[in-house]
Amino acid sequence: MTLRRRLSDVLYVRPLLLLSLLLIPPLLWLGIIYLGSLFNLMLYSFYSLNDFTGQVEYRFSLSAFQQLFSSSANVDIVVRTTLMALVVTLACIAIGFPIAYYIAFYTKGNARTFWYLMVLLPLWSSYLIKVYAWRLILAGEGVVSWFFNLLGLGWLLQGILSVPVVGGPSLSNSYLGMFLVFTYIWLPYMILPIITALERVPKSLIQASSDLGARPGQTFRKIIWPLVIPGVAAGSIFTFSLTLGDYIIPQVVGQPGFFIGQMVYVQQGTAGNLPLAAAFSVVPVVIIAIYLLIVRRMGAFNAL
Amino acid sequence: MVQMLKEPKTSVQAAVVLREVSCYFGPVKAVDGVDLEILPGEFFSMLGPSGSGKTTCLRLIGGFEQPTSGQIVLFGQDASRLPPYARDVNTVFQDYALFPHMNVRDNVAYALMVRGVPRPERHRRAEEMLELVKLAGLGDRRPGQLSGGQRQRVALARALINRPRLLLLDEPLGALDLKLREEMQIELKALQRQLGITFIYVTHDQGEALSMSDRVAVFNHGRIEQLDTPKQLYEYPQTEFVARFVGSANVLEGRLLGLEGGRYALRPERIAIQPGSQTGPNRLSGTLLDIHYLGAQTRYEVQVGEERLTAVTPSEEQGLQIGSAVTLSWESGSLRPLREAV
Repeated sequence: MTLRRRLSDVLYVRPLLLLSLLLIPPLLWLGIIYLGSLFNLMLYSFYSLNDFTGQVEYRFSLSAFQQLFSSSANVDIVVRTTLMALVVTLACIAIGFPIAYYIAFYTKGNARTFWYLMVLLPLWSSYLIKVYAWRLILAGEGVVSWFFNLLGLGWLLQGILSVPVVGGPSLSNSYLGMFLVFTYIWLPYMILPIITALERVPKSLIQASSDLGARPGQTFRKIIWPLVIPGVAAGSIFTFSLTLGDYIIPQVVGQPGFFIGQMVYVQQGTAGNLPLAAAFSVVPVVIIAIYLLIVRRMGAFNAL
Repeated sequence: MVQMLKEPKTSVQAAVVLREVSCYFGPVKAVDGVDLEILPGEFFSMLGPSGSGKTTCLRLIGGFEQPTSGQIVLFGQDASRLPPYARDVNTVFQDYALFPHMNVRDNVAYALMVRGVPRPERHRRAEEMLELVKLAGLGDRRPGQLSGGQRQRVALARALINRPRLLLLDEPLGALDLKLREEMQIELKALQRQLGITFIYVTHDQGEALSMSDRVAVFNHGRIEQLDTPKQLYEYPQTEFVARFVGSANVLEGRLLGLEGGRYALRPERIAIQPGSQTGPNRLSGTLLDIHYLGAQTRYEVQVGEERLTAVTPSEEQGLQIGSAVTLSWESGSLRPLREAV
């Protein structure tokens, strides 16, 4: 009792001590386990693999990056993954923004809880189950093509699938299908930060804009959108980086062509080429960094 | 056009006419059958406690709320269903509502920008407005870098740049400290005279309403209790609510005063206080409960029978003791008969 009392007294008069006690464990975790591993990973990308022994040589070398960028197949993988991440992000913004707008501005009380639940519910079930479910939905004999046939629109689906690059033998074996699954899986990560950003826009700003003669479209472009960009940027960092790093969806749905995540998986596992795997995993980090710089240059964080 | 012809011809066209305007939020009657007419160039205040309907009434005129029933006419034109951006009315919001992602100049020039005025001209006019509100040279700052008083002035400049015929002010000085408030009251009044714009000013501060306004509407429970000049309002309150809300008042039953029925208001400063117990017309005796020294004035709390009366007199040594018998007296003309509130 007295010990507890004395402890509380000490912590009360020394808030810094309390703060450090609270912060040291997570900082150790972040600092050593997370940042340490990341640093180690980047370090490995600058080592090389001895082709004869199959052992990693711990000397500085750019051979992993050279190997990555000298092969057009590898460059294809980077371009393919980045394009997919970009398109998925744009689609998530296009679909997510109206939903977030509706939830933030037109619902309250129980209705808002319901909509939050609807957005979050997909995250409660296993990622793998959702991906495999989508494979069945999109399969050649799946419910989507059945539905198209039912409406007599089977020819339309065939037409879409015959488009080069995006198409394929069936939706579950095409980039279009992969795009649909990525967009579905990451959508909540886009909607939630946008809702938060919209909720932080004071209603009086919207009224002031209208009061000063702005029509609703102008108010949206000049007031709401600039204030919500940080939320869109946060959401797009989620969707962009999650797509860049994912290695399950490209394996289950889509074309045989590899994505960055799969290359990392294969290189560090089957092929045992840790430096090349590390070099591949540095690519998304660099792309995200560039993406953040562009977003910042566009003024996304001015309102923060 | 047909609508226009139905308007009654008056010699001076009113800036604002509300006819039987009501605004209900579910079961809450925020505004309940308000009729009023505001003249061009008038400084008109809406005074009342929170929840009295004064702010909703202002928001109806601004177009931020839709009337449940009734008609709103702005400068001879039916505006009941017009959106805010189609009204020749601008508003200074209670929280100023400055756009945080724009600098002060762009905030002030916003109304010009949405109308497509070219950049050089709108910057020039924004600078003029900033000068008018004594903020010249602060155009490059962000709203977040300004003090409360400065933000208030930016909000004012932004609302005035379009030269609206009607300016709505929603408790604009509420967040400022007392000294700044008093300065701004004087400036606002001067600005209103200089520009000749109709001001509608919402406040819960009766001193503010009395000192600035040409006319004041006192709101209670979504209705106007009394609409008068500040002097009439203070000197001749018509209901107990107005008597108590505008200044302070002793409200007395006629029986207690030996008068026929009804209730009467008596301002504390109209009462003289003397030691001893005397009876007669226009006087009451009681027990002195408490003395509050307020500097220039002294306030006395006196128990008279069941009632507790307040008297305020210029401070001077009267040698009155708490607990002693005192007599309150007044001129017969100081009693104001009150009607029952509707």
